[in-house]
Amino acid sequence: MDILSILVENVELAEQTSVPICQDTGIVVVFLDIGQDVMVIDGGIEEAINNGVRRAYHDAYLRKSVVADPITRKNTGDNTPVMIHTRIVKGSSLKLIVMPKGSGGENMSSLWMFKPSDGINEIVSTIVMHVKQVGAFSCPPLIIGVGIGGSFEVAPLLAKRALLRQIGKTHPEPHIAEIEHKLLEKINKLRIGPAGLGGSPTALSVNIETCATHIASLPVAVNLCCYANRHCEGTI
Amino acid sequence: MNLKKIHTPLDKETILHLKAGEHVLFSGDVYTLRDAAHKRLVELYNRHHLVGGKEGEKILDISGQIVYYTGLTPLLSNGCPGSAGPTTSIRMDKYTPQLLDAGMAAMIGKGPRGLDVTRSIRDHQSVYFVTVGGAGAFFAQKIKKAEIVAFEDLGCEAVFRLSVEDFPLWVGVDSRGKTMWDTI
Repeated sequence: MDILSILVENVELAEQTSVPICQDTGIVVVFLDIGQDVMVIDGGIEEAINNGVRRAYHDAYLRKSVVADPITRKNTGDNTPVMIHTRIVKGSSLKLIVMPKGSGGENMSSLWMFKPSDGINEIVSTIVMHVKQVGAFSCPPLIIGVGIGGSFEVAPLLAKRALLRQIGKTHPEPHIAEIEHKLLEKINKLRIGPAGLGGSPTALSVNIETCATHIASLPVAVNLCCYANRHCEGTI
Repeated sequence: MNLKKIHTPLDKETILHLKAGEHVLFSGDVYTLRDAAHKRLVELYNRHHLVGGKEGEKILDISGQIVYYTGLTPLLSNGCPGSAGPTTSIRMDKYTPQLLDAGMAAMIGKGPRGLDVTRSIRDHQSVYFVTVGGAGAFFAQKIKKAEIVAFEDLGCEAVFRLSVEDFPLWVGVDSRGKTMWDTI
């Protein structure tokens, strides 16, 4: 049985019968942009987001995959709390990007603090080697988010935001788009293949986001995502 | 394509004939077991100094059984989960040799295994099947019955007995310790 045809049948079945495309319905990541002219009244905004997730995971029969404490590991039973990343932006609207992120790719993600002298070839070979080692565990074909720059905590967030970009769109800066292309080509030559069972494609897209960084730093983060790169956005 | 069909109980002869990389259709009963349930089961086995002894049998006798690494979405009104694909097997590697010692017959999951597990599979003439991650709806549709059997308090990590029909599987590690990743 052809693996890609199983994945296609899976997507069709999920759509027809309104069931999750994957049983790992994720921990919910929310990118929240709050316009600085917005005033939120009658309750906390994080509370509202958590209430929404609680209701959705109950009503839609989604899996509750969150434990309250990383060491004692008791399930919270309602898939909260949500991982919320907030930015204050100009304007009077409130934008939410919701991303239920499964752990297959998440567990295989990584951060490196390169030296500026390492340069792009070192970065590319490190990422390709990393995908070679862990790609089969992350439900390929993969979508690969890469964050370059910022500080220690910023690079992983850039990598996660990079996953939000539409497949097929490249980075607007030609020298970054070139790195994306190079990475995708080398990663697909690994022939890890769909479900890690060999062949092609190993990755559907490599999306890089960048940020200014310190003169001594070159942080690089990779956030792996399976082909089911679930996210949606809404603006109020 | 006419695929080899295998079913439970998986006898030794069937297991011994399976070769790494071989593609089969599997039907029968499997037990769901993932991170938290592995930890608890092995702790219980250790506390009672047993490898499938009396207390262990009351809790969950793994001997001769097939374990499916998955955490189901909640059961729908038809009594079956909406989505039930495999999870990454290597996270269970720490516990697997002990469960093989306790007589676990076979495992179904996704992704490669570590060397210790591969050796243990060879030593016990067991088999590890690998299948397609990210196809939860597809696999759920092949589940005919789901019944909770242990550790209900673990929520989605509780142990369920599933009756499955025609799961497409590949032999990831065969009873000789050969892996399909040696060849791809």
